[in-house]
Amino acid sequence: MSGFISKAISMYVDGFKSMTVGKKLWLIIFAKIVIFFLVLKLFFFPDILSVNYDTDEQRADAVRSALTAPTFQTTKTH
Amino acid sequence: MNDLLGVVDWSRAQFALTAMYHWLFVPLTIGLSLIVAVMESIYVRTGLPKWKGITKFWMTLFGINFACGVATGLILEFEFGTNWSNYSWFVGDIFGAPLAIEGIVAFFMEATFVAVMFFGWNRVSKRFHLTATWLTAVGVSLSALWILVANAWMQNPVGMKFDPAQMRNVMDNFWEVAFNPVPVNKFFHAVFSGWCLAGVFVISVSCWLLWRRRNIDVAKSSLKIGSWVGFAGILLTLMTGHGSAVEVSRVQPMKLAAMEGLYRGSVGQDIVGFGILKSESERTDEDPMLFSIDIPKGLSYLIYADGEHFVPGIRDLIDGFALNEDGDTVNTVSYAERIALGTKSREALARYGAAMQSGDTEAASAAAQDIEENFKYFGYSYLSSPEAAIPPVGMTFYSFHIMVFAGGFLLLLFIVMLFVSYRKTSVLEKAWLHWLGIISIAIVWICSQAGWIVAEVGRQPWVIQDLMPTSAAISDIPGSSVQITFWIFAAIFTGLLIAEISIMLRYISSASKEDIANPTH
Repeated sequence: MSGFISKAISMYVDGFKSMTVGKKLWLIIFAKIVIFFLVLKLFFFPDILSVNYDTDEQRADAVRSALTAPTFQTTKTH
Repeated sequence: MNDLLGVVDWSRAQFALTAMYHWLFVPLTIGLSLIVAVMESIYVRTGLPKWKGITKFWMTLFGINFACGVATGLILEFEFGTNWSNYSWFVGDIFGAPLAIEGIVAFFMEATFVAVMFFGWNRVSKRFHLTATWLTAVGVSLSALWILVANAWMQNPVGMKFDPAQMRNVMDNFWEVAFNPVPVNKFFHAVFSGWCLAGVFVISVSCWLLWRRRNIDVAKSSLKIGSWVGFAGILLTLMTGHGSAVEVSRVQPMKLAAMEGLYRGSVGQDIVGFGILKSESERTDEDPMLFSIDIPKGLSYLIYADGEHFVPGIRDLIDGFALNEDGDTVNTVSYAERIALGTKSREALARYGAAMQSGDTEAASAAAQDIEENFKYFGYSYLSSPEAAIPPVGMTFYSFHIMVFAGGFLLLLFIVMLFVSYRKTSVLEKAWLHWLGIISIAIVWICSQAGWIVAEVGRQPWVIQDLMPTSAAISDIPGSSVQITFWIFAAIFTGLLIAEISIMLRYISSASKEDIANPTH
């Protein structure tokens, strides 16, 4: 079992070391994750209901109020 | 909600932008993973080192696309919580469950087997490596399945019950959600279209190699595989596309009518082979087309396998024509009545809220019953008039016909490529063939995007069919904030696309100067 694990680890380690195009690709993936989670999610995409309300009951009330408000009306789709 | 329209439009534009960018990467990942698996299978079966080199070449291109595309779908989930909070809450666990399964499947299957695919050469046995490659191909397709289950529920909401206390639709039958006939067709249609797209991608790159006279043998061998996979893909896409259209006629007949620009249906309804719609101001129910070439009784025959079947148009649907479970057209509830019934349900929801606030459980219980009675028309209460239920006909009609024409072109392309690969190999030297292959890459992506435009624009105004229109799904946030993130996304995704294309082109160019069939590493 330990032989299998050490083989698997060495496969990953050697694989990462011998990458050519892959290094650039990992950089892209890493940059994407950082931008998505540490910039966009944190500063631009809060979960509105989670941020504005403390309990599920309050969130349900907020959605009910919004959906029963008379201001919502669709007149066109384009 | 002062700038509701601004928020709705910008949020829709943002979602469309991110979904369309995401869909640039996904079908190539789906299709190329299969092509790589087929190539490696040939290598394992024949033992010819050439096929190992070919597999590695296309596997690297798969890796570039995979790396650039991975996680781009996460943005859509961010948007749900911020721009579409009413929707996110309203759908609750029904949407969450398939997405969670998708995340787990994607993480474990792809992350594990993609690593073996790329790092496992000469470390694991040939057969184990091949198994990992096939499992990667299966894994990426399964990821798509759960996304499409979630999407299809919005197009045909089943397997749930609305709970006014939680303000959520609660899943009461997982299997009904999972085996909803809409995602089954949608899934196969999307996956097979990915085969087509990747087939054209392989043809296109192979044609470039032929044009540059580099790695001719690799190009010819790849061309055959790309053409076969693409040919199988386009036939199966046509078949499942037909299945999807039949499902659409059942659950979203308004979308079908918009796809055909059909305002007044008839018995033995023609299908538009090619046509131009009149402008919106000049269009009438009786005469919406400026010009069209029709196939007599085509639509009735295609949808119902009966040339004499009635197909309802937009106006017929508004007037209340619908299909019963046997597929017969019956006059049921007009859209004006649906608006009235939906309004009753919505008013009952307001009463329910007030009763809960005041602690009047008896009144709340009575209101809950009233909500349930007409809940299937709940979303109609948000429509200002029956005409507000009409999707953007022009965009749906043209996208559908562009998709069909492009699909027809692709079928011919695959036939031509197979013919020249096996029967007329001298044509493989011709520059016109090379350029045909190279430019087809644009057509296949247009076809793929047009398909999604039909699916998503054609279902407007609904974000959840009949239950929630797009305008009610939106969060109470300023339109300006959505505008800012729209442009941020446009910049990020364009950057990613440029990165992908430039890395791919550079890799293809440099690899093509070496002997792909005998790689040095």
